[in-house]
This record gives sequence, C-alpha cells and structure tokens, in this order.
Amino acid sequence: MSITPPEQKVWFNEPVEKTEVIWVLIALTWALIMFAMMPLWHLKGTQNMSNEAYRIQPDVYQARVDAFVEKFKVGEEGHAKTPVVRPPAGSDVYMMARLWEWYPVLELEKGKSYRLHLSSLDWQHGFSVQPANINLQVHPGIDEVVTITPTDSGDFGIICNEYCGIGHHTMLGKIRVVAGK
Amino acid sequence: MVAKPIFRTCGFTGLKIHDEAEKLIKINAVTAIVVLAVGGLFGLLVALTRWPTVHLLPADLFYLALTAHGIDILIVWCIFFEVALMYFASAILLQSRLATPKMGWVAYALMVLGAGITNWKVLEGNSSVMMTSYVPMQADPLFYVGLILFAVGALIACFIFLGTLVVAKAEKTYEGSIPLVTFGALTACIIAIYTISSGAIILIPTFLWSVGLISHIDPLMYKVVWWGMGHSSQQINVAAHIAVWYAIAAILFGAKPLSEKVSRCAYLTYIFFLQIASAHHLLVEPGLSSAFKIFNTSYGMYLAVLGSMIHGLTVPGCIEAAQRKKGFNNGLFEWLRKAPWGNPIFSGMFLSLILFGFLGGISGVTMGVEQINIMIHNTIYVPGHFHATVAAGTTLAFMAITYFLVPVLFGRELILPGLAKLQPYLFGLGMGVFSLFMMGAGTLGVSRRHWDMAFSDAPHAFAHAPAAFLMMGIVGVAACVAVVGGALFVLVIVGSVLFGKPVVHAPAAPAPAPSPVASYGNAEHVAVPGTFALALLFLTVFVLYYFVNWKYLASTWIMS
Ligand SMILES: [Cu+2]
Repeated sequence: MSITPPEQKVWFNEPVEKTEVIWVLIALTWALIMFAMMPLWHLKGTQNMSNEAYRIQPDVYQARVDAFVEKFKVGEEGHAKTPVVRPPAGSDVYMMARLWEWYPVLELEKGKSYRLHLSSLDWQHGFSVQPANINLQVHPGIDEVVTITPTDSGDFGIICNEYCGIGHHTMLGKIRVVAGK
Repeated sequence: MVAKPIFRTCGFTGLKIHDEAEKLIKINAVTAIVVLAVGGLFGLLVALTRWPTVHLLPADLFYLALTAHGIDILIVWCIFFEVALMYFASAILLQSRLATPKMGWVAYALMVLGAGITNWKVLEGNSSVMMTSYVPMQADPLFYVGLILFAVGALIACFIFLGTLVVAKAEKTYEGSIPLVTFGALTACIIAIYTISSGAIILIPTFLWSVGLISHIDPLMYKVVWWGMGHSSQQINVAAHIAVWYAIAAILFGAKPLSEKVSRCAYLTYIFFLQIASAHHLLVEPGLSSAFKIFNTSYGMYLAVLGSMIHGLTVPGCIEAAQRKKGFNNGLFEWLRKAPWGNPIFSGMFLSLILFGFLGGISGVTMGVEQINIMIHNTIYVPGHFHATVAAGTTLAFMAITYFLVPVLFGRELILPGLAKLQPYLFGLGMGVFSLFMMGAGTLGVSRRHWDMAFSDAPHAFAHAPAAFLMMGIVGVAACVAVVGGALFVLVIVGSVLFGKPVVHAPAAPAPAPSPVASYGNAEHVAVPGTFALALLFLTVFVLYYFVNWKYLASTWIMS
C-alpha cells in the first residue's frame, strides 16, 4: 500500500503496468508538442513578446515623454485634461505610468505599426489594453519597446492591472485607434 | 538525558503512535484550521467586494483584506497543515519516534509568532502590499520580519521531518524503502527547503531596505528571486496533496500503487524540474529575453507537467485496481459508481483530484505559455487558476484527510455526519464554479486585485462587456457557496474535536488484507480501462483548450 513500505526492497526494479507505459508515452508526446509551440510561434505567429528593453532613469524617461507630447499634441481629454497625442505611423510613441494615471492618450491608426515605449516613474504597473486583452508588466527604470499594430479601430481602455496602491482602480488610460484613409 | 519516548497503539490502524509526535500533529493541524477560518473570512469579504452588485468594502479595506487572505491561505494555512502532514508521514507511518520534539515546539512557536506579526501589520493598514509584496512598494519592516520568522519555523519543521526519517532508518522501525506517501512528503520537504531559502534570499534584503540599511532593490531582480519562492511554494502543496490522495486511496480501498517506480519517478520530476519553471510568472516582464523565458518554462515545466499527468493516471488507477479486485468489475465505471461517495474522506479526495486536474492543471499549463500569457497576465484568470489548484485541489484534499485524522488522532467521532457528508460537495463545487467563471471573466479582460471594475472615479471611461459583470456575479454567488462549505468544515471538525463522542475502538473498516501478490505490475496485474478512458478525456479537453487559446491569441493586435 501507499502508506506502507513497498513490498520489494528495491522499488526501482518493480515491473511497470502497461497502461502506465502507454500513458507516459502519450503525455510525453503532448509535452513535446507544447515544448515546440513557443519557439514555433516566434517564427510563424504575429503576437510575441518584445525582447527590446533598456535601463533608463525615470526623469530621463519623463523628459522624453514630455518632448513627445509637446511635438504631437492635438487636444485634451477626460476630467484630468490628459493630452491627446497623434504621432505619425511608424514612429516611436510613449506611454508613461505613474500613480495613478496613464499619460498621454494615444491616437493611432488601424493597421499601422508603432514602436511603443512603456515605463513607470514610480512603482510597478500593469499595462492592460481592453478589450483587445493585451497585458504587459511595466517597471520603473526599464524602457520596454513593443512594436504594436492595432488591428481594430475604436476606443481602448488602458487598465492598470498591477496593484499600485489605494488609487489603483482609478488608473485608467486610453488608446484611440482610428481607421486609416 | 532524553526521556524514553512514549507510544500508544491506534485502535483504528494498529499503528504505533509516538505521543510527542501526536501532540505536535494535533497542534499544527488545529492551528492550520483556525487560520483557514480566519483567511476564509477575509476571502468572503474580498469576494463580496468583487461581486459588482454588492461591492461591500471600501477600497483601502479591500486591499487590506486581499493581502491578509492571500498570506493566510496561500502560505500560513497550507504550511501549518503540511507540517502536520510531514510529522504524520514520518513518525506515524514509519511507526517511529519524532526526532527532537522540543525543536518541534520551537518551530511551532516561531511560525505562530511570525504569522501573528505579519497579520498584525497587515491589519494595521500600512502593509497592504499583496502577497507578492513587489518592491518598490514598501510594507512595514515588521511585515517582513513576520514572514521571515514564519519561514525559519517552517524550515526547522522540515529538518525535524528529515531527522525523523534518519531516526526511523537507524532504529529499524520499518524495512526497505519508505512508503510512497512518505516519499511524497519528502518531495514536499525538499521543495520547501529550496523555497524557504529562496524566500530568505529575497526577504532579508527587503527587510534591510525597509529599515533604510539598503538604498535600492531592483524590482526586476526582486521578482525573479521572489518567484523562486512563490511558485515553488505552491509545488509543496501539490506534492503534499498528491501524497494525501495516495494515502486516502490506501486507507479507504487498501489500494497499492500501480507500480512504485512510475509514481515515485513522477515525484522526482517535481524535485528536478519545477523550481526552474518559476520563470512562467515572468513571461510578460520587460528585460528578460524570450530565450530565458522559453528555456526555463519549457524543459522545466513540461517535465513537471508530465509528472502531474502521471499522478493523474496512477491515483485513480490504483483505486480502480483495488475496486476491481473487490469485484466491481462491470463496465468501465462500476468501480467509480460504487465508490463511497457519501464518505467525505473519499468525496473530498476525488473532487480534489478531478477539479485540480481539469480546472487547475489545464489552465495552469495553458497560461504558462509565453505568448498566451499576454492575454492572461494579471487578469482575474490568474486567481481563477490558483483557486482551482489551491482551494479546490490542496485545501479540499487536506479537508478530506482531516476527516480521517479526527477519529485516529483525537479519538473523537464526527458530530453532524449529515453536514460532513455535504461539506466536500458544497466547498468543492462552489470553488469549481468560482474558478471557472473567474477564468471566463479574465478572458474578457477583468483585472485581478482591482477594487472597481466599473472604474467610477477614473479620468476616462471604459466599460467591460456585460458578460464580464454577469460572470463576476456568478463568482460572488459561488464564493458564498464555497464559504458555507468551508464554514461547515470548521464547524464539524472543531465541534468533533471538542464535543465528539469518544471513539470506542472499533476497527470500522475491515483491515485491508495484505495481498500475497508482490505488486500490481506483475503478470497478475489488474487492467484499469476506466481510468485510462478518464485520462484520454482529460487529454482531449486539454488539447482543445490549449489550441483554442492560440486561436484567440492570433485574433488580437499584432505585436513583436
Ligand atoms: Cu498602477
């Protein structure tokens, strides 16, 4: 029994039940298929994690975001008067996290690619684009660069989904995707 | 001068029980159940707040309750119960004395003190940093001190377990190899030692940082080391509750492992591979390369998954074999239909096995894929997954074995047997539905650790799909059902320990006759077609769900 010592002194020499052998082989095959899927998706799939990230001081990042906003600002939105920024397709765009806002509002064109920079000025935050359901972790001190191509138009909420203190639930930003000409 | 150990003989099992070991098992198990009750209460408050139409607590209390719930259930309840199980699997199953019982009391005192301090600091309100306590968010220094003390206590308990194995071997209380259940406990113990060391490596500097002796802790490195503890600590639970499954199969059915070799090798895969696979918590972290993520999650994780898939066959398999030997041989499933479904020891164990495998296992492996994790990370899918593993899996298995331990160790009959019969179903099915709908809401993008899914005070507007609100409502109702199940458990067990009729030593179950057959693996083996059919069903669900998620991923924004 399982609660008594095995009946043969050397358990490793005990014979194996046939059903078990078959199941181990099936399970191993399935494990190998899953093992292959991640590298395969890097080759064939179009949704992959970025490997581009740089160490950056929060104040340096903030200066870049400010310059970016100044250059491409087209308006303001929401009761916090968050600047709305419409950068050209293919360019470097910035989204900054801090307690408790996403800054600025981005206006992107559907089907165009952008190099999106993500970083935080204070704590860790979670960049969650909804309802597209893309969820990335944002760190202070790391400038993460993801090349994104929005495939649907509309207004997308940017929810913070890494707990960051009492105002966490108010940390909601926006990306607007407009249809191209 | 060491006092001569005192033993008694158990009227139920005929096992020789060391008096000091018994006392330590009882106190650790009782403390665990008290913590379960407290942690469960916090869980109820959290669930009632996330139920959109109830939305009970204000934000600050919600995050406080969530921190307390996470620490008390995921760490304190599980580890206290596992310490009891380790002492049981060593001293009692090997019929040995427990090594250094005095240190056992020291370990217990440290764990109680540590858990108390951490809870006190959380309840004070300035340490709502969640169970993960990611830097640079900071808690009160004593919050970390409490966790460190608790960990040191648990570490001492691990060494007492190992010491007891040495004592039993030296004093020849058994012959040959240790039993499979003890082997499972040994696996849990080895993983625990690794885990606690990893925890010490990260929590000690964090404590020094919180009192100002270290100026900076890198958030990314913190997470890498933290998850070396965080994930593996859940593997302690898995190793322990699988040992409980095997134990219950043996206790109720006299079941033997299909083959010792396969079951033990499956445990070995946990020891060898799982720790490294902790990287699957870091799949959407910037600054870690895909090569690092894939390397660490693939070879490590899938070999450990293989181990779990093997246990998924061998545990019901050994029950089927035992039942068929007793003559329940009609069709594929007579052995299962005729199982004692009214006995909470069995129903709790079998529900734990099914829910852990189908809900916890499949969702865990799927979200552990680098790319699929993009859709799941930090959504409420994640707590959906780990409530299926820790609540419906580990906690339910621990509840089931408690129904066995009360008469054996406390010598008391269960009070309210009708409610005891109902309890595993309420708790297990409540938790099952709860987990499933949390996963559904997570797939629709609802965040975890979030007070207001309606974003009422936010500077911009965003509305989740109405289905997400509906699902969170179902989650709230299911949580209440599970909490009733949990409360019944505490009521029945505490009531039985205090007021249960003393057991008149009646060997209730006829002692399973020792079979002359050496093992099931030889020519006289019993085929287990029913279990194999269940396993194939499991695999089919797994494969379908896995590829549906890839398909769903392919429909989101293009990113690289
Ligand atoms: Cu945030």
